[in-house]
Amino acid sequence: MQKTLKKYFLVFILPTLLAFAMAFIIPFILGVYLSFCEFTTVDNGKFNGISNYINAFSSGSGFLSSLGFTVKFVIVAIVSINILAFGLALLLTKKIKGTNVFRTVFFMPNLIGGIVLGYTWQQMLNAVLLQHGTNLLAKSTFGYWGLILLMNWQMIGYMMIIYIAGLQNVPTDLLEAARIDGATGTQTLFKVTIPMVMPSITICTFLTLSNSFKLYDQNLALTAGAPSHQTEMVALNIVNTFYGRTGYSGVGQAKAVVFFILVAGVGLLQLLFTRKREVDQ
Amino acid sequence: MGNKKVKEKMSIGQWIAFIFLCILVVVFLYPILFILINSFKGKFFISKDPFSLPSGDTFVGITNYVTGLTKTGFLSAIGWSFFITILSVGLIVLFTSMAAYYITRVQSKASNFLYFMFAFSMLVPFQMVMFTMSSLADKLKLNNPVGMCFLYLGFGAGLAVFMFSGFVKSIPLEIEEASMIDGCNPLQNYFGVVFPILKPTTITVAILQAMWVWNDYLLPYLVIGLSTNYKTIPVVVQMLVGSNGNKDMGAMMAMLVLAIVPIVIFYLTCQKYIIEGVVAGAVKG
Repeated sequence: MQKTLKKYFLVFILPTLLAFAMAFIIPFILGVYLSFCEFTTVDNGKFNGISNYINAFSSGSGFLSSLGFTVKFVIVAIVSINILAFGLALLLTKKIKGTNVFRTVFFMPNLIGGIVLGYTWQQMLNAVLLQHGTNLLAKSTFGYWGLILLMNWQMIGYMMIIYIAGLQNVPTDLLEAARIDGATGTQTLFKVTIPMVMPSITICTFLTLSNSFKLYDQNLALTAGAPSHQTEMVALNIVNTFYGRTGYSGVGQAKAVVFFILVAGVGLLQLLFTRKREVDQ
Repeated sequence: MGNKKVKEKMSIGQWIAFIFLCILVVVFLYPILFILINSFKGKFFISKDPFSLPSGDTFVGITNYVTGLTKTGFLSAIGWSFFITILSVGLIVLFTSMAAYYITRVQSKASNFLYFMFAFSMLVPFQMVMFTMSSLADKLKLNNPVGMCFLYLGFGAGLAVFMFSGFVKSIPLEIEEASMIDGCNPLQNYFGVVFPILKPTTITVAILQAMWVWNDYLLPYLVIGLSTNYKTIPVVVQMLVGSNGNKDMGAMMAMLVLAIVPIVIFYLTCQKYIIEGVVAGAVKG
């Protein structure tokens, strides 16, 4: 069978391969190469060693400060989203009336795109802040907590669904046994339930990590980095470096390579964690 | 205890939880209600009194929707968003499933390498390729809606191939061998036998990609830009709401509502598939 199928190589593979080469392979290789060049378009690159990378990390480029802001955002987002989502999942597996309606409502924000969602929150937060004579762009803390609120609103429902699936897989006889042995609710939660849903916790932690680390649309819509780039996350900083001022495409591309290495590192770490767990079980 | 009716009654603890969840529903829906309510108010009343319901003087009916739609080309954006999403998802489902089938069934170094590349592409953030990809797209005249769909096929291929090939591996070869013995060529075999079996994964892939393409902002912004008539919904929203200068707050609220409505309808009609699909995508990807 393989032999006949092999003759159909072009039919089966070519459309995807052409598009993949155009949209990913060639741009990726070109991108790595251009990060060592000075250029304004893709075909006028002049090799200039690692000076783009040096410029990327210089204090004027804002890359390191955007990275710092991103890390601060990611840590608080991971913790708050996962605790709240897990709590909601616990409530929604307690046979309360209307569980399906609650699930539907909590999940919905996840489907709304970042740009639309960002401006919806911008309107609302500005309306609140205006009552106190200020606005989102006045202070970087407003933008920071605005982003945290927005991200929680968007991702809690999504993580909650994964936690619910995990909780439903906890064997009831295990919980029953804990109850008979006289374990309190808190003991059961920390000694039985949480260890049993560790795989879900790993998945959710990595999903919130990579989604908040790569955040762009929401950041652009909510504050666009204002005031004076203080709420600029890494992805936005890279786009602004490319298109904000001329002559900085090389630096932008170098930052993008660093960003890629960080994101890929997180992805590989996730793979390592989930693989290890599969072996354990 | 054994009585069913007693079991269905909720305890005090459950009632407290129920009331808490009801309050939370209001909190979750509030941002959407906020723009909905304000989209019916006159533009000068929104900043003065954003939290009250429209009434008497402040209520302007659908004026904001009319101004928004006529002034901004939002209607054409809805059309282009639908066109690009449907065509892209169609291309992705058709072609990546074929590619995934081929590289899973034909064992060779090239197949392994391709599989590795597709999986690798999932780790790469868009910013890494955005400049080079959009410049190449310009040079190759892909800066139009159909060209965009081609780019979405390429950039969406990673996740799609990964998910499809995971499923193809689980299909027993015997089923296909029977159809090959009956004299089917690989294409007939694929569309007659394999593709129908892939249906659950096809639905998952289609939902994940549709959500991505529909909401995507950066790719259409960079490839098509602001100066053409092919703007999608996120691009128009960013252009209108994000631009500085005199803003018509009322029209803005109306546009945000209109951008959310198609998603809510889609969600409420295919809720089961969407939730399952998103979870499957999260666990595998």
